[in-house]
Amino acid sequence: MLDRALVLWFPAPGSYTGEDSAELHLHGGRAVLDAVAGALVNAGCRPADPGEFSRRAFLYGRMDLIEAEAVADLVAAETAAQRRQALRQLGGVLGTLYQGWTSRLTRLLAQQEALIDFPDEDLPHSVEGVMLAEISALSNEIGLHLADGRRGERLREGLVFAVVGTPNVGKSTLMNALAGRDVAIVSPSPGTTRDVLEVRMALGGVPITLLDTAGLRDTDDPVEAEGIRRARARAEAADLVIVVRDATVAGPTRSDGIVVVANKADLGTGHGYADVEVSALTGFGLERLREMLASEARRLTNAEGPPALTRPRHRAALMECRERLEQAVRAELAELRGEDLRVASRSLGRITGRIGAEDVLDAVFSQFCIGK
Amino acid sequence: MTDSVDVVVIGGGHAGCEAAATAARMGARTLLLTHRRDTIGEMSCNPAIGGIGKGHLVREIDALDGLMGRAADRAGIHFKLLNRSKGPAVRGPRAQADRALYRRAIQDMLAAQDRLEIREASVEDIEIGSDGSLAAVMCGDGVRVRCGSVVLTTGTFLRGMVHIGARGTPAGRMGEAPSVGLALALARLELPLGRLKTGTPPRLDRRSIDWEGLEADWGDTVPEPFSTMTSRIDNPQVACRITATTPATHAVIRANLHLSAVHGGQIAGRGTRYCPSIEDKVVRFAERDRHQIFLEPEGLDDDTVYPNGISTSLPEVVQVEMLATIPGLERARMLRPGYAVEYDYVDPRALSASLEVRRLPGLFLAGQINGTTGYEEAAAQGVLAGINAACRCGGRPALRLDRADAYIGVLADDLVTHGVTEPYRMFTSRAEYRLTLRADNADLRLTDMGIAMGCVGPDRAMAFTRFRNEVGAATRRAGMESLPVAALHDAGIAARADGQRRSLADLLAQPAIQQDFLCAAFPWLREVSSRAFEMLRVNALYANYLPRQAAEIRGFRREENVLLGAKFDYATVGGLSTEVRSTLTKAEPASLGAAARLEGVTPAALAALNAHVRRAQATSVSRETA
Repeated sequence: MLDRALVLWFPAPGSYTGEDSAELHLHGGRAVLDAVAGALVNAGCRPADPGEFSRRAFLYGRMDLIEAEAVADLVAAETAAQRRQALRQLGGVLGTLYQGWTSRLTRLLAQQEALIDFPDEDLPHSVEGVMLAEISALSNEIGLHLADGRRGERLREGLVFAVVGTPNVGKSTLMNALAGRDVAIVSPSPGTTRDVLEVRMALGGVPITLLDTAGLRDTDDPVEAEGIRRARARAEAADLVIVVRDATVAGPTRSDGIVVVANKADLGTGHGYADVEVSALTGFGLERLREMLASEARRLTNAEGPPALTRPRHRAALMECRERLEQAVRAELAELRGEDLRVASRSLGRITGRIGAEDVLDAVFSQFCIGK
Repeated sequence: MTDSVDVVVIGGGHAGCEAAATAARMGARTLLLTHRRDTIGEMSCNPAIGGIGKGHLVREIDALDGLMGRAADRAGIHFKLLNRSKGPAVRGPRAQADRALYRRAIQDMLAAQDRLEIREASVEDIEIGSDGSLAAVMCGDGVRVRCGSVVLTTGTFLRGMVHIGARGTPAGRMGEAPSVGLALALARLELPLGRLKTGTPPRLDRRSIDWEGLEADWGDTVPEPFSTMTSRIDNPQVACRITATTPATHAVIRANLHLSAVHGGQIAGRGTRYCPSIEDKVVRFAERDRHQIFLEPEGLDDDTVYPNGISTSLPEVVQVEMLATIPGLERARMLRPGYAVEYDYVDPRALSASLEVRRLPGLFLAGQINGTTGYEEAAAQGVLAGINAACRCGGRPALRLDRADAYIGVLADDLVTHGVTEPYRMFTSRAEYRLTLRADNADLRLTDMGIAMGCVGPDRAMAFTRFRNEVGAATRRAGMESLPVAALHDAGIAARADGQRRSLADLLAQPAIQQDFLCAAFPWLREVSSRAFEMLRVNALYANYLPRQAAEIRGFRREENVLLGAKFDYATVGGLSTEVRSTLTKAEPASLGAAARLEGVTPAALAALNAHVRRAQATSVSRETA
């Protein structure tokens, strides 16, 4: 006897993977787990590979590719907004959206083909005009979906906020102060260079990496210079830049994508523009800054809005689809328009894994590092 | 009495004629068995060859040195290139033929074919040898013919049943006996049979039609032949006439619908959506108050007119009543009523892509027996089956044309992969690689293959080789030569004044730039044949699309080359659902690509299959190297 356990049997095809499966609910403890695992291996079992259960569920047709990706996202979700996004995707919002487009595209392709293969059937003269209008409409819808400011991908991957400013304005103190409140989920780690410090935190349900690009100064040391170059590059690619300046000295003016923080407000204020005045030392204004950053994070990810793109793979396929639709509208020859529509439809099909699946499978499951 | 030949072809329709001629061209001693010698090459229905998609098939048949294109050129009396306003990939050559001239052309070509014997006899049985492959056929006259392979092309004659109204008569074609013994033989061979139907309109006497009062429809002023071996069309050309049904016509049909064989329940077989009877059209498109009818003369010295568009199985009296409501046909005399014919077909999923019955090596099926409709579809299968029947006798590997080679490949793959639910007809939209598979380049795609297989005669081989070399040289030269943009401006041709030179290939792609201008600027173009010049233009027109399609084709062929075959054991593949496993086991797809096209095989199942095959290959490679 190894343990007294609860054993659940899930017969095929209603189980998670679609195969017969069993779950053993054991009492915790290393010794029990080791003993039972050892016994199972002796009986011919093996541990599942990462992602194997979902992979099997996909192979048995229990979920489509988008849902499988959602499971991976759900397992990896760090924050509430990420979890909600993954659940919505698992519930099929994206699949339904893309499936709808696919069937519209199939209908359009069918209309185009009818014009080609049945020119003598006196089809209504309006077919072509209606079809072109509908292609444009579909292309615009996909365009709107694409022009979501990458909010879904941003939420899935997390945002990057860069903290910049000249030395000695109190950037590090400010970062410590911001991170200090959320110390439980903060994982400070050295950045890619000795000059970039990263702090991971959650604001407004969105995972955020704060980059402290300390030491942006001229230097003769080639190693340090390279570090500074990289810091600048990361700050430039950041979703939001937080400019910290000394409240007692005049600073930059207001601009989009930048939050200007006047630090050391305890020493005096009123010099130039600031979105918020704080004192990292006394804690004055920090709550307002956190609120402001959280609202920026929510705005950038808009997790409650319409279904958002979550993966670059989807984005690439949709961009190709849209490009082909635009080309179809411009095409002068019927057969070339047909060709464009066909390629567009294949691009959409790649997302849900209905067409050309074998090409994308490896890419998808290589990201699938955590088992359910 | 026992005879012995290489290939026996059963049936003298469009599939049978091509199969017999092709096998004989390949060097096989061939015997064509048919009920009646004088109906060989008969056009049982519409007196026309070609069309959109179908015209592509005719050009491919011609590229493999088949008969249909040449026969249509000799018999054509109204040529028209359909879809002229669209691009070359979807243009379809079509010709209405004089039925007597067509028959004669086919019969003459068959008579001139070496190694081909034609005999009038029914076939009562097909014998299978002890090794499970085909051994002989037993004829109705008691002669037994031993052979290496058989091509079965029975058309609509297998348990054929002709319906006019409530009256059903066993017949393969009006007035011709069906093949009953053969149907029983096939049942003994346990081939999976199904039932289909097709129909034909009444035939009218031209002298009783108000011919001159109707709108005329002429063919092209310069008829474009089907065959690259035809230099010009000699027949006088005639006009068709156009009329249409009226609300009165539809009222007659509606009132008598219950008397129609198709709608009255006499026919169980499924008909086609693409060539519906007039009853079907009136029922399905109730909102329309007219359907166009083309009145097509069946011949130069023949007053028979084929009213294209009103195929029907209504009783004869109703057909007469219906005709009287159509402008120009008020006093039309019906020479023969329209009818529907119901017949057996073999589920083509029992075949491999070479059109051979998988379980019965040596038995090939071609034409309507495989569930297709149309002369061109039948003839195309005839050529393919003829080549492979001859290969089977000679112990050579079969020719497989894939979906990127030819419409014939698309046709064969569709049939053996999906089977049919209604008579199968070719359309250009069935071809994924439509810009590549064109009617204008059929010989460039196929004739080399035909030469290698041995089914292309020396005359065509020589003419083709010359043309191919000419196109190759002209294409290379066009890619190297260019013109300053100023030269365009001097000729009054709009072009961006960027000081850049324009390559000849770019100029060829612009339809607005006249051939005269190009020939003046590049005098060597004057020496290029008009067909080669056209080829340059088409390739230039599609230049932005063709490389991408070529890449797609490479991807497609990668999957086609992952072979599975009949011996593949799907039980050893992990991760396949029971349904998918049984689908694959039953269908025996030749390759991973073919498996992908099967209904019910999910992308996921395909991924599992692909992984399994790759693993197996890796294992066998490591074993070989060990």
